[in-house]
Amino acid sequence: MLESPVIEQETREKQAIDLPWQVVVHNDPVNLMTYVTMVFQKVFGFSHEKAEKHMLEVHREGRSIVWSGMRERAELHVQQLHGYLLLATLERIN
Amino acid sequence: MEIRRHGDALELAELDPFLAELLRQIPDSTDPKGVERAEQRLFTVPADEKEEEISAEWKLYVEPELRRLFRSSNETVAADLKPLNGAARPFANCTLRIPVKNADAWLNTLNQARLVLAAKHDFTEAELCDHYRSPIGSRRDLSLFQVNFYGFLQEFILQETQRGGSREG
Repeated sequence: MLESPVIEQETREKQAIDLPWQVVVHNDPVNLMTYVTMVFQKVFGFSHEKAEKHMLEVHREGRSIVWSGMRERAELHVQQLHGYLLLATLERIN
Repeated sequence: MEIRRHGDALELAELDPFLAELLRQIPDSTDPKGVERAEQRLFTVPADEKEEEISAEWKLYVEPELRRLFRSSNETVAADLKPLNGAARPFANCTLRIPVKNADAWLNTLNQARLVLAAKHDFTEAELCDHYRSPIGSRRDLSLFQVNFYGFLQEFILQETQRGGSREG
């Protein structure tokens, strides 16, 4: 009974949810560089140097992975970033 | 125009009627007014389109929260702008005081306005970086000027609030 298919399926679903996710910020020519740096400091508690490094990565490379971890927290961070009107998405880490 | 910090407020003094009018237009400028591209820029997708469950939940739970947040910021800014509406001498220079406690609302609303204007007019990156474009000869030129003027205000607010923060820290 313990190994019934229903329980196995639930376990797989839970594993799928718990797989690591990453928060990606994408380049946007309108948002000011200083503003993006400030947002990274506020949302993630980054130092000014670290926030600026990620901001420059977004600016030069078009995207920067700013956080990785569990899905629920990743969704919260994306919501916070959207609240500041940054272009941000969450992605599964393959 | 003179711009400075004065106690617990940011002060924009010697505002000529043109700049005062651009400031009055901030709340209205955040309205996408049915332009889908502008609406989509304010409420962007949270994940790849293959993540249908995430997008569906987002529409249902997160987007209303974001709309509430943006509306609240706009209301704060509109209230701060009220003194500009009652100018006894409409063609005289005037002063606007922005309480420092409202800085976050101003940053948010100015960003909404810049993004909506840029999306509506589909400004290119080159246009957005051309800060010295003149003269203003069309509605498009005026909107580009607005985007840059609002960006200048954002820079000032950021600079002054961070300076204040480091003083307090």
